[in-house]
Amino acid sequence: MSLLDIDERILEVAKLADIVKCPVVDGKELPEVDITLVEGAVTSDEHLEEILHIRKQSKILVALGDCAVMTNVTGMRNYFELDDCLNTAYKTAISNDGQGEMPASPFVMHLNQKVVPLQEVVHVDHVIPGCPPDANTIFYVLSELLNNRIPDLSDVKKLHYG
Amino acid sequence: MDNNEKRTIRISPVTRIEGHARITIQLDEKGEVENAQFHVNEFRGFEKFCEGRMYTEMPVITPRICGICPISHSIASVKACEMIQGLEPSYTGDLLRRLIHLGQNISSHALSFFHLSSPDFLLGYDSDPALRNIIGVAQKFPDIAKRGIRLRQFGQEISERITGKKIHIMGIAPGGMAFPLSEENRQALQVWIPEAKMTVQTGISIIKKYMEENKEMVESFANSPSLYMGMVGPDGEGELYDGKLRFIDEEGNILQDQLDPARYLEFIAERSVEWSFLKYPYYRPLGFEKGFYRVGPLARLNVASRMKTTLAQQEFLEFKKIGNGKPVHGTFYFHYARLIEALCNVEEAEQLLANPAITSNDIQTHGRWNHPEGIGCCEAPRGTLFHHYKTDPSGKLISVNLLIATGQNNPSMNRSITEVARQYVKGSDVKEGMLNRVESAIRCYDPCLSCSTHAMGQMPMQVEVVDAEGKILYQVERG
Repeated sequence: MSLLDIDERILEVAKLADIVKCPVVDGKELPEVDITLVEGAVTSDEHLEEILHIRKQSKILVALGDCAVMTNVTGMRNYFELDDCLNTAYKTAISNDGQGEMPASPFVMHLNQKVVPLQEVVHVDHVIPGCPPDANTIFYVLSELLNNRIPDLSDVKKLHYG
Repeated sequence: MDNNEKRTIRISPVTRIEGHARITIQLDEKGEVENAQFHVNEFRGFEKFCEGRMYTEMPVITPRICGICPISHSIASVKACEMIQGLEPSYTGDLLRRLIHLGQNISSHALSFFHLSSPDFLLGYDSDPALRNIIGVAQKFPDIAKRGIRLRQFGQEISERITGKKIHIMGIAPGGMAFPLSEENRQALQVWIPEAKMTVQTGISIIKKYMEENKEMVESFANSPSLYMGMVGPDGEGELYDGKLRFIDEEGNILQDQLDPARYLEFIAERSVEWSFLKYPYYRPLGFEKGFYRVGPLARLNVASRMKTTLAQQEFLEFKKIGNGKPVHGTFYFHYARLIEALCNVEEAEQLLANPAITSNDIQTHGRWNHPEGIGCCEAPRGTLFHHYKTDPSGKLISVNLLIATGQNNPSMNRSITEVARQYVKGSDVKEGMLNRVESAIRCYDPCLSCSTHAMGQMPMQVEVVDAEGKILYQVERG
């Protein structure tokens, strides 16, 4: 969503590139693409499958945001057993009526014991940290990449976490 | 699925909503839609991993649940902290929080309408999926797209002008705010008001034109009655930031009024289900089967007796005419309700920015741990949000419960999808536009699935039609 904070400049990006797949765009299956921005950490079998597929289809993979780069708040459950986390939400929460079931049907994903950042499972070409990532940095990285330049993130402002 | 007797259509995940979801449409032997299940596939474990932390960290941690309504999480959280401390926020701190909260609602509603939903109204449900997005709108209606983008920008800029950040802001703290609003920034925000009002009104005219031209669809679109819950002020006026709760029934009779949100457990219970990470909350007095209620803009307008501001009130009266004095049940009217609310938000922001106290430096009061338990509540863009903390005398959290807006619409979303599927999906003859309508039934609720399972990140979708033998008849993937 922080991508949208580049505001009207999204229309400039749209001039330089076709946005083929994105939460705000209905697209078909991910074709081979030049650049993919990936948000979020890998928490489940579905995420893993997804990121492996994305890596295969993308020339450049950019980890966008602290969750993708270092798991951030998403990884805070790593200090606890997964079952404890699930029980707290689906069994013992004080608003639960005690008559429910644990989410376990074949239609729900299988959660991994530990949450990992993208670079633990795939090669990541560039990172844009931040929670949220800074809109100007996103625009800077995109416009550098779209003009076949390697973005320079050595500036401390651009490499801001949190 | 071990039950292969029946045909199954899967839409996975749903595009143009926030978060990651899948729908299974179950067909019977005749190819008629039997039911639909809305699977939400995210889980993060906030209730557990916050245990042992200091309660005062919560207004900073919990906004990370969501990138769209982080401020509502901060507000609900900070109110729970203030209950623990027995503390009242400072007058100006409270005004600033209210203003930031309005800003978030404006940008969230702008996103929902202009970025995510307007492509359906302006380009058509059956138009080319590759162009059915905000950039497609920008090509055909550049002015509308630009205004929509700028309306969202205005909402975000309110946060930025006060705290220096657009998303996951810092500074909402027990006792008020950590940052004041400078006179320069106040003026810069005031400049936006006329444009913001005009843009919301443009949105209203788009939706009204669409409703006029598609009367039959709009009125028949997932229109089953339900209960509604929303926050109201002392006179029953629509309220987002600080008020009491009201429940109404299908006929519009008030079931509960001026309920203190701290009593939420007496009125709301939830049940976990096997096929989704999103729980099913219900109105406790009526039980799981009968007690489903809706929250969010449509619910808030249905429960409210009036709106706070002039232009929004005029529009509100027109909205009320749709229901002829009864609640408006058509799910499609969520869009209209959202825009009326956005209009009210812009007008209220205008009033706040004109209040001389808004730039005062008396922004924060201070307290310390006084009570073990705190419950905070506000109206997030998608509905009522509750944070409930229990602490030990050192202030460490021993229990955290979060009841999220989208979760409360979960039972109704599921029912709405079933209704729309019955209307538009016939057997294995599945057309792109039909599936989009099933999805748009969900999109009416503007669900933030990240929030409701406290998860973050978006995923693409795939659709599967499975026949009686469990064979996939039809498959399509969308991003």
